[in-house]
Amino acid sequence: MVNYSSPAVHISGLRVRRGSNVVIDGLDLELPRGGVTGLLGPSGSGKTTLMRAIVGVQIIDAGTVRVLGEEAGSAGLRHRVGYVTQLSSVYDDLTVRQNLRYFARVLGAPAADVERVIDETDLAGQADALAGSLSGGQLSRASLAAALLGSPELLVLDEPTVGLDPVLRVDLWGLFRRLSEAGVTLLVSSHVMDEATRCDRLLLMRDGAVLADDSPTGLMAATGTTDAESAFLALIRHGARS
Amino acid sequence: MTPRRTLATAGRVLTQIRHDPRTVVLLLVVPSLLIGLVAWLFDDTPVFQQIGPAMLALFPFIIMFLVTSIATLRERRSGTLERLLSLPLSKLDFILGYALAFGLLAVLQATIAATFAVAVCGLEIEGSLGLLLAVAVSDAVLGTTLGLLASAFARTEFQVVQFMPAIVFPQVLLGGVLIRRDEMPPVLEAISDWLPLSHAIDALNAVATGSEDDGYVVGQLLILAAFAVGAIVLGSITLRRRTQ
Repeated sequence: MVNYSSPAVHISGLRVRRGSNVVIDGLDLELPRGGVTGLLGPSGSGKTTLMRAIVGVQIIDAGTVRVLGEEAGSAGLRHRVGYVTQLSSVYDDLTVRQNLRYFARVLGAPAADVERVIDETDLAGQADALAGSLSGGQLSRASLAAALLGSPELLVLDEPTVGLDPVLRVDLWGLFRRLSEAGVTLLVSSHVMDEATRCDRLLLMRDGAVLADDSPTGLMAATGTTDAESAFLALIRHGARS
Repeated sequence: MTPRRTLATAGRVLTQIRHDPRTVVLLLVVPSLLIGLVAWLFDDTPVFQQIGPAMLALFPFIIMFLVTSIATLRERRSGTLERLLSLPLSKLDFILGYALAFGLLAVLQATIAATFAVAVCGLEIEGSLGLLLAVAVSDAVLGTTLGLLASAFARTEFQVVQFMPAIVFPQVLLGGVLIRRDEMPPVLEAISDWLPLSHAIDALNAVATGSEDDGYVVGQLLILAAFAVGAIVLGSITLRRRTQ
């Protein structure tokens, strides 16, 4: 049964090691359903590892990760969680539409879903082009389109706006907003701090720990700053002092 | 595992290959050209008649091994495998999809090579042509499944290419092409009994010379099939949904 009262993500005591490095040590986090949560932090701060743990593709050392009321990575979640990695994760030697048709068949999504996600990601002009011939921005939208198939309840997007021109970035955030209004929970990572104000909620990560978990306005008020970059710096300085 | 997802995967792999006509031509033509070269090399000697059947086992086996292991490694490196394993696709769907797609190519390749060896190079076959084809095809399918298994252990293109000498060459050396298996040192003969390619070469030799009855050849075919199934099962066990 789908349990709508359970949070989108509930993490307690998460510990992840990569080789001999402890990447995340004792992380607790709860994401409510709905809304766009921004996961911000410098590269190497553990954003991707955290996202992989939520999707259930990361080997974890200790702790529990529950997603939409089920254990992360369990078979029941594979229809309900969409994941976009930093790799393009589409087949270069297939057209955009062939890629999407294949992923739709794997998901058991209706065939009409393919045209819907092509429209949503504004790829109608490239639908019959080989993925290998697309620009970086088109490729990341093709990858996003594949994650939208089957209308997942939770979307985990790892740096979806990297390398996009400003117009496309605005379009994409518009799409995230529309999805969120339709009830989808989004977790979007970025190292571009000016995207922070577009989120309902911010998680600031550094060295595998969550430094702050607040709304953008709440965060700036708490740190006495006017943008996310300064808030982030203020938090690090504060952490260094205490 | 569901037939729909397995077939979707096989269809997707074939569509990818269709976008690469040069690969299709190389896959289908190269084994025949190599067999033709061997036949020409040993023109006017009885050697081709002795080693020709083994060539039908070697070339498709090696080529299908290489092509499959690189195709699946590419899937790991591009992130598509991670995406697939976060979707409701079972590991067996993935492996069987590849085995089906490349198996189909293997059927075409082995058929062309065997026809070319018999019709153009004049390889004389005492036994049944149907059985000859069946052995050549299962041998190429075996190359495909071993390639799938090997790619599970390779992290880079360099590693996967070196699995070829590591996994394929010992089977070639001990398969009975250079020296008859019963003339090898006993330890090596015992090892060669456990290598799948030896059974493929034995079976092809038996069909070509008519030295054994069809029951023997069918027995060897079953051994090849068992190795192929084993490689598919092991390959899907070694796929990991969760990684470091």
